[in-house]
Amino acid sequence: MPAVLEIEGLRKTYKNRRRGTRNALDGFDMRVDAGQVHGFLGPNGSGKTTTLRTLLGLIRPDGGRMVLLGQEVPHALPAVAGQVGAIVESPQFFPHFTARDTLSLLAGAGEVPANRVDEVLELVGLRDRAGERVKTYSLGMKQRLAVASALLKKPKLLILDEPANGLDPGGIREMRTLMRNLAESGMTVLLSSHILGEIQLICDSVTIISLGRRVAFGPVDEVLAQHSSGAVRIRLEAVSDLPVATEVLTQAGVRVTGHPDHLMVAGVDKPATVTRLLAERDLYVSELAPIAVDLESVFLELTATAPVPGQHRQVDESMKVGGTGQSGAAGGGWGA
Amino acid sequence: MSLYRTELRRLTKRRFTRYMTLLGLLVLAAVVVGVFFTNQKIDAGQLAQAERQADQQYQEQVRWSERDRAECEKAKTAGTPSDGRYPDDCSVITAPSRDQIEAEWFLPSTFNFRETFDETLIPFAAILALVGFVVGASFVGAEWSTGGMMNLLLWRPRRLTVLLTKLAALLTGMLAVTLPAAVLWFAGFWAVATFRGSTEKVTSGVWQSAMLTGVRGVVLVLVLTTLGFALASLGRHTAMALGGVVAVMVVGQFGLGILLSMASVKFAEAWLLPTYILAWMTKTVTLQNWDSCNATYYGECKPETMDITWQQSSVLLSVAVVAILGAALWAMRRRDVS
Repeated sequence: MPAVLEIEGLRKTYKNRRRGTRNALDGFDMRVDAGQVHGFLGPNGSGKTTTLRTLLGLIRPDGGRMVLLGQEVPHALPAVAGQVGAIVESPQFFPHFTARDTLSLLAGAGEVPANRVDEVLELVGLRDRAGERVKTYSLGMKQRLAVASALLKKPKLLILDEPANGLDPGGIREMRTLMRNLAESGMTVLLSSHILGEIQLICDSVTIISLGRRVAFGPVDEVLAQHSSGAVRIRLEAVSDLPVATEVLTQAGVRVTGHPDHLMVAGVDKPATVTRLLAERDLYVSELAPIAVDLESVFLELTATAPVPGQHRQVDESMKVGGTGQSGAAGGGWGA
Repeated sequence: MSLYRTELRRLTKRRFTRYMTLLGLLVLAAVVVGVFFTNQKIDAGQLAQAERQADQQYQEQVRWSERDRAECEKAKTAGTPSDGRYPDDCSVITAPSRDQIEAEWFLPSTFNFRETFDETLIPFAAILALVGFVVGASFVGAEWSTGGMMNLLLWRPRRLTVLLTKLAALLTGMLAVTLPAAVLWFAGFWAVATFRGSTEKVTSGVWQSAMLTGVRGVVLVLVLTTLGFALASLGRHTAMALGGVVAVMVVGQFGLGILLSMASVKFAEAWLLPTYILAWMTKTVTLQNWDSCNATYYGECKPETMDITWQQSSVLLSVAVVAILGAALWAMRRRDVS
């Protein structure tokens, strides 16, 4: 599949006399293929919004290469801007205009037919409230308006930064369906979000960023598989048999962690091996459950942002690829 | 062109633009109406009565001076100390001549188009320039502070084109208000002069002078509109422009004026911006230094003078526009949008 968006070695440094130098983007790479819904994940302050702003010409990069729809940006941005719909960070609109006026002015500036305004208002569910001033809108309604503004020009690439922020559960589901429908119609969607369950549900592929560098990327299933521990939980008919079972499995070279009512084994290719080994010693399994890894746990592992009891993690305390004292950053072949 | 039309629509849709423009026009209308009701046409009867009042005052002055001279001489003969009430030479106490007491002092106010209309163009330009400055600052300042500018740049990434198109739309809007308002101003004061004053001796030269003053007034409106727009764009907030003006006027002008006065600087007004604005509108402002004496052939002491001309003002206004708008364009091109 051809790439709709390619970023190589993107760098952005903020210099401040008092606070010194901070690398917001430190050689960041990214690739989004056509027709996909691509998740863009990272902890707060990791560089997600800086990446999107740089891509859209709002921030000047200090180095690197960016290609949007086959054209190098920011040089060719005026040529491709009409095919890229975007919302960046929280939705911001002039509060005293109505939703219809807001979209109508954007449509005018972008030479989009006026009837498209009603189409997108219908699409995001704001048809009946379109005549009200934006300042009376809830955050969720502003979010819908932001999505409507991004969809106005029928983009080939849709970039959405936290589109589900402020939406009610029904709205989140509608947004999910909308993303899917848009992708099925051939639109590529780049979705930045902290709702990892949503990303896992609707994205084909992901990029995870931490401290300005890519720490993982690829199809969601592959990223999960690469970071799956292969652990299996075992319960026996009799809890008193657990010590014997531990001994049997350990002798067979399986890593076992004992718990009061079950065992956790790791490094097992086939769960059937476990049942066979135990059955040979008349130990009968009542539960054999592979432990599934989810995107949240992979994210927390890769970015080293899992909460630790008694500690208060600061915003910039996350995983940096190639950093000292960190583990698992580029595990499984992923990474920069 | 679509962006220009859109920005014009945006400008006219904004409530602040509508209210400020309406307020400015209402103030202008109030000025015309006020002048209309505080002036009246002078007829022959009123002129004759004014002459009689002038005569009456002249007679009173003569009586008072004769009485004072008599008392002066009486005090001098008696050797009573005058405590500075009377001069040494009592003959210097004389009444003013009749022609020094003018009949028009006793006439009600009347609007003479030829003599007064030019002056009315100063408040006209000042009020619309103030409206232009505030509307211009708000037009772009609110866009920056509410995120509207960022949204627009996602659609139109050419930043300078966006900013200059916004400015062009703003100036078009201000011109669309100012030109008809100027025509109504001319018409309004012509009506005031016709019904409450005089339109005599309004020659083509007078019209030409009024038209040129009007053109300078329109230019002043556009310049201040541009400065308000550029300052707010530079600071990315309406308050930047408004705060900047307050700072310049209070600290830069009021404070500077006090400082220059305390330092007894010659022609202190030459350092103050309002002098140049006034010179732009009136063509020349003559400053006087009363701490000097330029003796005339008749032994009279005349103060030293300095002329501030509209040409000098034009240089100052041009430099201000180029510097501030240039800085705004530079910032628009170079600074990150975050």
